[in-house]
Amino acid sequence: MSSSLTKITGGTVYDPTNGVNGQVRDIWIEGAKIVAAPTDPAVRPARTIDARGMVVMPGGIDMHCHIAGPKVNVARRMRPEEKREAAPVLRTRSTHSGTMGSVPSTFATGYKYAGMGYTTAFDAAIPPLAARHVHAEFADTPCLDKGFYVVVGNNHYLMQAIRDQEPERVRAFLGWVLSATKGYAPKMVNPGGVEVWKQQQAGNVSGLDSVVEHFDVTPREIIRGITRAAYELGLPHPVHLHCNNLGMPGNWSTTLETMKTLSEFGGHLTHIQFHSYGGSDGDESTFGSEVAQLAAYINEHPNLTVDVGQVLFGPTTSMTGDGPLGYYLSNVYGTKWFSAEIEMEAGCGIAPIEYKQKSVINALQWAIGLEWYLLVEDPWRVVMSTDHPNGGSFLAYPQIIRLLMDRTYRRDVMKTLPPRVRERSTLWDLEREYTLAEICIITRSGPARILGLTNKGHLAPGADADVTIYTPDANVQTMFELPRFVIHAGRIIAEQGDLREPGFGKTLHVEPDYDRDGETDIARWFETYNSIRFRNYPVGEEYLAEHELVACQRR
Amino acid sequence: MCDDIVVVLADGDIAQAEHACELGQRWFFDLPAADAAACMINGQPADVAAGIERAAQLLARARYPLVYGMRHASCEAQQVAASLADWLGACIDTPTSLHHGPWGVSFQGVGEVTSSLGEVANRGDLLIFWGVDPVTTHPRHFERYSVFPTGMFLPRGRADRTVVVVDIERTPSADEADLFLEVTPGRDFEALWTLRALIAGHQPEAEQVLADTGLPLSVWQDLVERMKSARFGVMFFGTGLALTRGRHLNTEALLAVVRDMNAHTRFVAKSMRASGNVAGADNVLAWRTGYAFAVNLARGFPRFNPGEYTASEILTRGEADAVLLVGCDLDEDLTPAARQDLASVPHIVICHRPTAEATGAAVAFQTSVPGIHTGGTAYRMDEIPLPLRPTLDSPLPSELVILQQIERRVRELQAAGDAAP
Repeated sequence: MSSSLTKITGGTVYDPTNGVNGQVRDIWIEGAKIVAAPTDPAVRPARTIDARGMVVMPGGIDMHCHIAGPKVNVARRMRPEEKREAAPVLRTRSTHSGTMGSVPSTFATGYKYAGMGYTTAFDAAIPPLAARHVHAEFADTPCLDKGFYVVVGNNHYLMQAIRDQEPERVRAFLGWVLSATKGYAPKMVNPGGVEVWKQQQAGNVSGLDSVVEHFDVTPREIIRGITRAAYELGLPHPVHLHCNNLGMPGNWSTTLETMKTLSEFGGHLTHIQFHSYGGSDGDESTFGSEVAQLAAYINEHPNLTVDVGQVLFGPTTSMTGDGPLGYYLSNVYGTKWFSAEIEMEAGCGIAPIEYKQKSVINALQWAIGLEWYLLVEDPWRVVMSTDHPNGGSFLAYPQIIRLLMDRTYRRDVMKTLPPRVRERSTLWDLEREYTLAEICIITRSGPARILGLTNKGHLAPGADADVTIYTPDANVQTMFELPRFVIHAGRIIAEQGDLREPGFGKTLHVEPDYDRDGETDIARWFETYNSIRFRNYPVGEEYLAEHELVACQRR
Repeated sequence: MCDDIVVVLADGDIAQAEHACELGQRWFFDLPAADAAACMINGQPADVAAGIERAAQLLARARYPLVYGMRHASCEAQQVAASLADWLGACIDTPTSLHHGPWGVSFQGVGEVTSSLGEVANRGDLLIFWGVDPVTTHPRHFERYSVFPTGMFLPRGRADRTVVVVDIERTPSADEADLFLEVTPGRDFEALWTLRALIAGHQPEAEQVLADTGLPLSVWQDLVERMKSARFGVMFFGTGLALTRGRHLNTEALLAVVRDMNAHTRFVAKSMRASGNVAGADNVLAWRTGYAFAVNLARGFPRFNPGEYTASEILTRGEADAVLLVGCDLDEDLTPAARQDLASVPHIVICHRPTAEATGAAVAFQTSVPGIHTGGTAYRMDEIPLPLRPTLDSPLPSELVILQQIERRVRELQAAGDAAP
């Protein structure tokens, strides 16, 4: 009896969501979904993939990267020089060409993720006004299911509603803006700080209780107001937070205060590495790691999660919705600088940067990132990221995996770093080595759970048929760099680095249930201050090709 | 591009375009004739299908095809044009190369501190227009985005703003300004570099400044004082800088002045892009290739080189052996020499305006008009993407559909081995 089934046979399966950790199992696929093995033994698969001796995992999920949108595209335009150095992506009979460097073009981005076994990625910071642009870029980014986070932490309407203590207006706006943009989650970037930057030279907030002039509101109030609304809307990924004071020596205390504020309703702290620094502003020699106490707080609070934002050595491009940070970095490096203020809602900063192995600060940043992976006890609450391209390229993930699984290698790298790194971080003394099951968690099963994606990150019947099959290698970096097969939505899209039949993937978005009457007030505000008409702001269905509405559970 | 136009229909035609400026009126009322031939081959009316076949053959067999234009095309059509160019291994370029290209190049050198137009409306208390005359080129700019709106931080509107025009002659925009500075033609770079010196606290020689810029040092000192005491300054600039002596050095100087000013207060620069959807084409090409214009795909991957891979230069050097022109204003978008050389190259025109006869096109498609007959996306000059809302039906095919059909046919020819290697 023939069928339309695919069978992955004999592989060593890692599916920690379902308690499978390195057992030999068969995986059956029909269409774009994982299905149960047919009960009738006469049913034969139409195609069999022999995975004997190989490692089978769900497709990788990057929950925090910058791969689309206006700032990514500006960075592409601004950095022709690095494209000359990087090997380009060549056109084939069935795939498009592209350019690399720290900010690859859209097709190159999709192909490179696929080649590495990743099948889902979320862009982490999109101004709502640019949502239309992002959906258009997504349509040209193959091989990946995609979504994006909508920046709201400096939104005028929200700041006013929070100041006026009107949580129902906060909730209505948040529900409306996520639906209007076809976005996935609310993102706060330096809440309040970007607005201050728009108002004054080198402006920023200094901590959670700095007052944002004109709006008379503090970062703490913004974080609390938005987190509460996100909780009430029952979003699958309630809130994604880039804390205040990113990159500043001594910022760990702001981060700890933020964790305390966030823990009331729960949420996700992103690129936490950049927020875990000791020391004081004036004295570079005091710079050091404060991961131990921050990780202890995370360990004690199960409703908080983090992704790391690992730094890798080499040149890259910093791009952020944190306008004052862009200004700071461009002054530190003396490089070209792009900055853009987006009316009513957001900012943006871009600058070429380089993490140098010889720099004590950069080497400590590298060590601090690794400490985070090793000091959070529960792998389900720490996620692999480089904050691509801010800490380094997403292409560095296999290298990070090796650093986590092989402490000899980790220490060998540490030996090449300035000795002070061992004094000002705990990394040298950490014995922990990740297991394959734990790697599976921090690169797919964990992010799926944190994102509320019940059909991803696992291999039980009903899951999306996103599967990566690796050839084991003594060097795990080699293993993870070049998967034997990558299956996305049931189709083999890459085989040993060669692209097969790449599709475009689907867009993941939410439409929370919110008070529609609130739109009248939003429209009135919108028409008063925005330079486009209210009606032209929401993104229509025509911008979505294949898409999936992920459910919210209104509380 | 304004997004507040209200189109009033009567008997299936546009009767009125409320709020539209003179340029907008022309856009809404200068429409293709209802009985226009959708396709011409060698000047003779032909089936669209025959035109697609001929166009695809020309392009697929060419050794150095050029895809150019896209000013009057939706982003969706631009995406197809870029895709087609990749399959062909063509050069692809847009009118940016002839207009704002120098800005694009200087942007790669120093970056840019900028904002969306709504920030200008709400915060911009000092507006400097340099080498640009919006009253003529962007008639509703002052009213909607810059000079006249009341803003969140500027409740008295015009009264809360200082407006400065810097140009080589008095323009209609200068008449609206609080301050008009007339610079010696071709000396914008010197004027901007004088500003940089003053902002940095240097004291240039007065005689030299007068000789270099045509204005006394005190005038520039006064301007710098105003700039430093502004809360949110804005420098608008246009082709008056980009296309005159100094070109990308002028725009680089302006971008550097604005960057320098951020050590003193908030300041942004804003390029006054020309009409149509060229800003959209910059974005589409950038996300697909990494470069905004002047892209060559012949080696199987994108390369960028203004001057080498820009349309007018390719044509005047006689390099291209087939040209696809999409949504061009030929008079503005090619140099006179390139327009002349176009006649000797087999070319295909896809445009809502009847340009075939003028250029002697091998194949010409007359299309419906994006934004009037078809939807899609177009970018405002500050790179905000806006939805186009069609108001009329047209019997003519859209530029998007024609491009899709050509792409499909080119792919078939390539698969069959009936194409240039």
